[in-house]
Amino acid sequence: MRHRGRVLAALAVMLAVAVVTPHTTPFLLLLVTRILILAILAMSLDLLLGFTGIASLGHAAFLGLGAYLTAILAVRYNFGLGWDFGLVILFGSLLGAATAAVFGLFALRASGVYFLMITLALSQCVWGLAYRWDTLTGGDNGLNLPGRPVLGPIQLGDDTAYFYLVLAFFALSLLVLYVLVESPFGRSLVGIREHEVRMRILGYNTWLHKYIAFVISGAFGGLAGVLWAQVSGQVSPDNVTLTTSVDALLMVVLGGPGTLLGGVLGAAIVLFLREYLSTLVPWWQYVLGSVYVLTIVYLPDGVLGTLRRRRRRARAAPALGLALQPSRGKELKINEGGIE
Amino acid sequence: MKIQWLGALSAGAVALAALAAPKAEADELRIGFLMPVTGPLAQIATDSINGFKMYLDDHKGQFHGATVKFIVEDTQAKPATAVLKAEKLIKQDQVQMLVGGVLASTGYALAPVSTREKVIYIASIPASDNLTQRDADKYPYFARTSWTSSQPSHPFGQWACENGIKKVVTIAADYAFGYEVVGGFQRTFEACGGKIVQKMWPPINLADYAPYISTIKTDADAVFILPVGAGALTLPRQLAAAGIIPKMRLIGSGTSFDEFVLPQLGDEVIGAVSPLHYSAALETPENEAFVKEYRTKFGKVPSYFSENNFTTALLFDTVMGQTGGKWPGSKEFLDLLVKTKVTAPRGPVSFDDLRNPIQNIYIRKVEKKKMFGYPNDELWNTVIKTYPSVSQFWTFDRAEYLKQPPYTRDYPPCKYCE
Repeated sequence: MRHRGRVLAALAVMLAVAVVTPHTTPFLLLLVTRILILAILAMSLDLLLGFTGIASLGHAAFLGLGAYLTAILAVRYNFGLGWDFGLVILFGSLLGAATAAVFGLFALRASGVYFLMITLALSQCVWGLAYRWDTLTGGDNGLNLPGRPVLGPIQLGDDTAYFYLVLAFFALSLLVLYVLVESPFGRSLVGIREHEVRMRILGYNTWLHKYIAFVISGAFGGLAGVLWAQVSGQVSPDNVTLTTSVDALLMVVLGGPGTLLGGVLGAAIVLFLREYLSTLVPWWQYVLGSVYVLTIVYLPDGVLGTLRRRRRRARAAPALGLALQPSRGKELKINEGGIE
Repeated sequence: MKIQWLGALSAGAVALAALAAPKAEADELRIGFLMPVTGPLAQIATDSINGFKMYLDDHKGQFHGATVKFIVEDTQAKPATAVLKAEKLIKQDQVQMLVGGVLASTGYALAPVSTREKVIYIASIPASDNLTQRDADKYPYFARTSWTSSQPSHPFGQWACENGIKKVVTIAADYAFGYEVVGGFQRTFEACGGKIVQKMWPPINLADYAPYISTIKTDADAVFILPVGAGALTLPRQLAAAGIIPKMRLIGSGTSFDEFVLPQLGDEVIGAVSPLHYSAALETPENEAFVKEYRTKFGKVPSYFSENNFTTALLFDTVMGQTGGKWPGSKEFLDLLVKTKVTAPRGPVSFDDLRNPIQNIYIRKVEKKKMFGYPNDELWNTVIKTYPSVSQFWTFDRAEYLKQPPYTRDYPPCKYCE
């Protein structure tokens, strides 16, 4: 297996989080649960942004659909309050995937900023539905869930139990996405990111590759939505707004696109600054803003991306000698190809 | 000898009893105050915090001996964040109650938290009807110190119909608050013989109303407005520029001309009539003192947001007075609260058994004048009629009222629209 060190490090960190978090404060436990859920969303977006090279501004739609599905099933049909919650998770992911399959047909006709605009428009449609279809969605007031599911002896209403459930789904998502990006399919996505025309000439159906990546991304977005609905116990159009999409994008950019774990780090940074720092000081927004600006200026590849490039450069420098300065940016990424 | 012994014994017993007796010890009262301190509603949050803090500071941070720990948390105007912060306040800061929220969606998000955690939640702003109507049973730890959206609208519909307004066009923000305010107005206005001839629902935060204004049916007598956010300033101005006012009378939701926006509005709103449970121009000793102190401290006339939170503090203080500064427990506190009657700056406040205030509704007309000895001519909401002790059900039969569907975009249906 490639990147053995990295995998082990990620496992160690995850284990530490699993053991330590429930023994910190109740607030931190809730916050880490939320971070893990948004990390799933950020990772699903990273599959597009970091690996396939297409930036989507529509990920709030997948999160929102998953969340609304959970809420509507629970409130209107009393469904998903026991073991059938497993089915809700499945349906939520499928709904995310199905929506992405429809959106993809429109959005993937374009690329670059046009793709961004189309995904934005489509997610606004979902917002409009949530806002307007008030007999189903509760409109602006949103929907309140009747409480978290009870799985036999396990009360998910207990924050620690729910934390472990979310952690399990997070680990599963990370594993699936990691295997995916390391697979030949994942490598061809990177190829498309670097040079789509070349990939097409080589005989790859690049549209289909992008389409499948988009659908998979939607599925994980839907999964995050189901988990999100249960963490806050309510769903409102606010979950589907542009801000949520932008947040997801910022998390990925902040942590490092094309690293998967970067999205996790980004989610942690954003939520800590916004939700934790805001309980301590009133000027948290300036800190958050500064972090964004400083990251873009000094760490253009995100925190993890820049760390990785540094390490590679340090490793490459003695071997290549001083005459060959490793180039920055794109080309290096192609040479290495080892973007996790 | 024996007698001495007895004396000593009895003295000791008394001393022991005095020690053992549960002295009415003052408690710490921890209040979690949830407000959108950052984001588009930041100014409302400031007004609200100032209102509550002013009462608290006036009483040296104590409610009848109970030291009040007042913890403000930022909801960022997002329901999901409000829930997270509420859980933080409950589980980490161990607050005895949550207060605040601004938007209805925040109120709806927080009410279930109170049920789940068995911690009181007092909505000092959110006005969504159903929290104290059709959903009241679901939220036994919830009470409201503000108003329901349709509460001022019911008497206002009656008033409009009795004061020469026959046909009305409504332009109201497209969300639950707008539906409830307009719905309540339409119901009593049409029951009395008036006609709503056109209903328009522009999106919230709209800044340019020109496309809507151009379609207004100008044969109506009045235009009822409820803009939110950026539109609060532009809608009256655009109506004046288009010549709609003063040709038609300007009426609207109490929030449209609240002191919160009034200083920024121009002279075009002079004569505008709206209902609310408060006006800064109320000429009562309580209100005059309140306005003067608030203006001295914060440099502006208090809005209803300030008054609502000031009164919330006053209500808490009154309850704590009944318990001698001791925290009685959530259920008991709520029971005492809803039996409390106070004379607030807004007037007398009591509660119905669904835990919503019964209070005066004032029909207010915007006038430019001097008040309370301030030197300049300013815009004030002069009270032209008072409907005393109005409940959320107005004069309707409560059971029948609750059987009706809630006010929505399409209910009551617009019978006279073409």
